[in-house]
Amino acid sequence: MTEREASTGRRWFEALSGTNGERSGTPGSLLIADATLGDERVTYIAVAPDPDARFMRARHAELGLEEGWFGAKYLTDLIKADRNGIKRPIITVVDSKSQAYGRREELAGIYLAAAALIAAFAEARLEGHPVIALIVGRAVSGSFLELCGQANEIIAFNSPDVIVHAMYKEAAARITRRSVAELDKLGEKIVPLAYDIGSFAKLGALYKLLDVANPSEPADATVQQVKTVLLEAIASARSGPRDLSRRLQSEGAQNLRQASLIVREKMAQQWAES
Amino acid sequence: MIAPELTEEVLALTKRRSYIELGARDRALALLDPGTFRELLGPFDRVESPWLPMQGIVPQSDDGCVVAKGKVDGQPAVVIALEGKFQGGSIGEVCGMKIATALALAREDNERGKPTRAVLSIESGGVRLQEANLGELVLAEIYAEMVALRKHTPIIALIAGMTGCFGGMSLAAGLASYVVMTPEARLSMNGPEVIEQEAGVDEIDSRDKPFIWSYCGGRQRYGTRLADVLVEDDAEVIAASVRDLFRRGLPAEVRSSQHELFLDRLGALDPNKQWTANELRDVWKDVSHD
Repeated sequence: MTEREASTGRRWFEALSGTNGERSGTPGSLLIADATLGDERVTYIAVAPDPDARFMRARHAELGLEEGWFGAKYLTDLIKADRNGIKRPIITVVDSKSQAYGRREELAGIYLAAAALIAAFAEARLEGHPVIALIVGRAVSGSFLELCGQANEIIAFNSPDVIVHAMYKEAAARITRRSVAELDKLGEKIVPLAYDIGSFAKLGALYKLLDVANPSEPADATVQQVKTVLLEAIASARSGPRDLSRRLQSEGAQNLRQASLIVREKMAQQWAES
Repeated sequence: MIAPELTEEVLALTKRRSYIELGARDRALALLDPGTFRELLGPFDRVESPWLPMQGIVPQSDDGCVVAKGKVDGQPAVVIALEGKFQGGSIGEVCGMKIATALALAREDNERGKPTRAVLSIESGGVRLQEANLGELVLAEIYAEMVALRKHTPIIALIAGMTGCFGGMSLAAGLASYVVMTPEARLSMNGPEVIEQEAGVDEIDSRDKPFIWSYCGGRQRYGTRLADVLVEDDAEVIAASVRDLFRRGLPAEVRSSQHELFLDRLGALDPNKQWTANELRDVWKDVSHD
């Protein structure tokens, strides 16, 4: 057994849950732990680096085939277990590189593994489980869509190491035939293109952008601070709608998603005219 | 002398109307019952991407997505058709929101007792990089609505080609109740160029077209039961296959909920090998939960 590889995500997962998240029968890259938070029994989930991961293209904190299918099955069983009781909050601790890029992954249908995990989080939310995403590091492309997209509430650390985006800067520059400097310049003018988390926060989908002292190294005080915010987010999720509509009602969306709001309003009008 | 069989085949070909060659609007027309097509947020509403002109790109008045209400097989339906020829069918704020909203309105109708069904005709390279994070947000909203709607009515994902279905929209196909593909269509999360860039040419040679179609083309996806129907490129035949799938009703278990089957399928694979498409078919043939 290789030694566990350190990452910001793993450190925060361990600090919040009090365990290393390993479980027999699930891949080492998929961290899952039940823990107590305030008076709540909660489940923490993360995807972390695992040099022993069965599929080699998913060894550096990528969302791969096994992470998707095992994660989806675990969540589906959890939803069943809580069907007639208190709906356990589910908290993702997010610092994962992206989806896995590989030939085996495409052959075996990684798109479906990703869809399965997304569906499981969405089902949990629809069933009344508070689903909270805590972004402590990278949430790029598949990592954002699979671990954050379906959450009732998304919290992000206000840190230069936190990144939410469709594609890493170097790859995006290559594909759009721009230089990294040009991309940075565009991001200053066009908010959805920017790579800093402050710009992402302006789009209105975050519950909270959280200032944390030394965000890559959890300490007792900051762990307590984060736990308090998680409890607030859980309460907010429980009192809010079970869909994602609040993302569009936010002040940020009123400013920067006007086109989204026009689409919603006009299409609803035209839909009813028949 | 020409054999009579051949003559009939040639005649049939001349009667066939390609679906692949149709634009998004004509595709929606082809899928809906004659005379029932009514476009929502059409070109005259001029709801365009506010982000493309800021980057010197000419927007399109439907943002590459046609939403049409009408009937399929006599039942209320909404058809959402993406246009692969505009920005590669990429998902930006407006077209993504059109998809999510159409699905939400269909769900509300279902909840009110009006069973409205949904077809997604997908041609998409994934998220529109010029709208990056807004693309990610609307994709999440599309997935949320698909999971909510598919409890009420089947959602059919139809992938005809030639753009194919990649990136964020491949996950939408993964969430659909049924998947229809032509042999020309591809369904894959990461495009071959991206994998070659990230993992090297030994992993995937993006110029090797036969190889690419061999692992993510319609035949392979149908052969490994990742697609429900494989259909030739004929608009009438495709429309008929969509009607047939709706007649089946809700699937007993949507594909994205078949955890045990796919975990067994993964378990049966040797992770140290690069499998060919045929090897994968052979291994998976023996893993069945029927």
